[in-house]
Amino acid sequence: MRLLKFGAIGVTAALALTACGQGSATKEVAAPEGKSVVRYLNFSSNDGHEKDLTAIVNAFQTANPNITVQVETVPYANYFTKLQTAVAGGTAADAFELNYENFVTYAKNGSLAELKDVDSAAYKKSLYDAFTSDGKQYGVPESFSNVVLFYNKALFKKAGVAGPTAEWTWKDEQAAAAKLTDKGAKVWGDYQPVSYNEFYKVLAQNGGEFLNADRTEATFNSPQGVEAAKFLIDKVGKTMPTEADGAGTPDFDSKLFKSGKLAMWHTGIWMFAGMADAPFDWDVAVEPGNTQKASAMFVNGLVVSAASKNAEAAQKWVTFLASSDETTKTRLATSWELPPVADEAKLAPYLDQPKPANREAVFTALEDTVLPPVIERQQEMQDLVTTELTSAAAGRKPVEKALADAQTKVNGLLKK
Amino acid sequence: MSRPARWRNLGWVLFFLLPSAIPLFVFTLVPMVSSLWVSLHRWNLISPMEWVGLSNYSNLLTDPMTRRVFLHTLIYVVGYLPIVYAGGLALALALNQRLKGRAFLRATYFLPVVTSWVVVALVWKWLLNPTNGLVNQVLGAIGLPEPGWWTDPHWALPAVILSSAWKDLGFVMVILLAGLQSIPGDLYEAAKVDGSNAWQRFWRVTLPLLSPSTFFVVVISLINGFQVFDQVYVMTAGGPAGSSQVVVGQIYDLTFRYGRAGEASALSWILFALILVITVVQIRGQRRWVHYA
Repeated sequence: MRLLKFGAIGVTAALALTACGQGSATKEVAAPEGKSVVRYLNFSSNDGHEKDLTAIVNAFQTANPNITVQVETVPYANYFTKLQTAVAGGTAADAFELNYENFVTYAKNGSLAELKDVDSAAYKKSLYDAFTSDGKQYGVPESFSNVVLFYNKALFKKAGVAGPTAEWTWKDEQAAAAKLTDKGAKVWGDYQPVSYNEFYKVLAQNGGEFLNADRTEATFNSPQGVEAAKFLIDKVGKTMPTEADGAGTPDFDSKLFKSGKLAMWHTGIWMFAGMADAPFDWDVAVEPGNTQKASAMFVNGLVVSAASKNAEAAQKWVTFLASSDETTKTRLATSWELPPVADEAKLAPYLDQPKPANREAVFTALEDTVLPPVIERQQEMQDLVTTELTSAAAGRKPVEKALADAQTKVNGLLKK
Repeated sequence: MSRPARWRNLGWVLFFLLPSAIPLFVFTLVPMVSSLWVSLHRWNLISPMEWVGLSNYSNLLTDPMTRRVFLHTLIYVVGYLPIVYAGGLALALALNQRLKGRAFLRATYFLPVVTSWVVVALVWKWLLNPTNGLVNQVLGAIGLPEPGWWTDPHWALPAVILSSAWKDLGFVMVILLAGLQSIPGDLYEAAKVDGSNAWQRFWRVTLPLLSPSTFFVVVISLINGFQVFDQVYVMTAGGPAGSSQVVVGQIYDLTFRYGRAGEASALSWILFALILVITVVQIRGQRRWVHYA
């Protein structure tokens, strides 16, 4: 009898303990009677735009007093690890952000809820269609952004070099970079990471194709590809900092530019706000191309989790966050990423912002864009292309060999 | 009460075991068994699992990357163990003498052991910076070559080994110090009377009687060494070009970067089997060289 009694106590204790251990990643605030809570996971407000997201949340809650939005912000570097673990563990937020590269994987495996009766006319059509899979709408575009050439006007003036124009080519950029680099003063002429993201772009700027038309084979190991990779890699150590100088580590480039030690910087328009208080004059230009112009464009979308119990409220929130006038206004006024609205007249206030002066370049760059090549095993492809290029940049392999190896490996990923 | 007396308290025994048994069950045994199940599937964490039988294991055994990560892990263990043991023994011998500030020194050497790996790894990464790190500045000043450390595929693993040995030195020192202090003093006196010199006393008395502590250090260090991860992840993230990728790093990347949880689980079990075999061999072999006083 005694044993049985203790056994019972033990089981109760065990239940109590496991119950404690079951808390989800985020504590959900208790919803008052008749109200619902929408948990929202995002990366794009991290590091500078948290307040702007809060402003949008407040506007939404004022318009929808029955819904409370609970925001969780995670840095981009950890975002997909966190998201995938949460989805696997059944604790995913009701609504979350996905970039275009990752949307396909999530839509295909049934973890997203189909959005119904969305007002598609509010969105730019090409962006809206990017979030369809098998004829169903699994998301709405949230924002888009592109990459331009940032430059430090003070350094250009000091070196007596004329600032970049939309007509510049790679040659002009490198000629200027060589003059601007002053290793004694630790000033670098240029920075563009040696990575997958930069490579598919310079490849496009050189008229090459990363994949064949039906995405079954890699085609970047071409004369155009070799030339593009050489352009990128030859800068390392000459006009561009090396790995040993810290290149490739988080925030390295933004700190370098902000400290006035970098003359030209290839980066996204999401850095406008962060550089607003830089203690020198800077501006932007469309990135130089070689045989043609090509600017990288990135699209983020908003989706609702298939497991959400508040799917309806969650959809209300994501469509508000994607296309409401409040969002559009906030995004433009704070130089966040651009809103995906169909009515381009709404984008006009973007040009009224003071810094940088040549904001027109952002829209000019949109005339010739290149989207990231996407395959099912995306991350593996990105990592191995970056690894091969880095090996070549460090002089461990000739560029030709690195590209050939990368192409063989990417083809291996496409076969499996 | 017809049951034997020793069973009478079983209820209490079980009850008091619960606080450690439940976490062990929930956080160790259940995940272990689950991972065995996962290792027989193809699974990207978010899609439904797909049964593939043993093919994850056969794929891994033929994948050249598997051989590479095991080789790197082996190099790590082979490089790390002698350094940390010799260093720890030297420290233990030194701090077993009657020195001024001995307690302070012992605590100081133990400090890195209780410091977070992330902090230690970041500090070492900074010390070993190829262009402006302290280590290379010193090497340069005395005219020695300056390695590229974590930016050079040949030096990335040595950099990790060096920082790991530094961090664990204090742990080995403490274990060996305890071992040294349990050696009875009269043995040394007897050896002296027999006319032995200091070297003979170290070789014939200290080392043999230290063997139980040595055995413990070797077993623990090998088990930990084969599971090396934190320092590699922070210092090199397996790079450059995969040259310092270790088994657990590969398990992490497979699961969380590449969505290949099935293969990652299979790799975990291969690693488990390897560590088990090595540990069993050590425990069997100890009879030949471990002397209990």
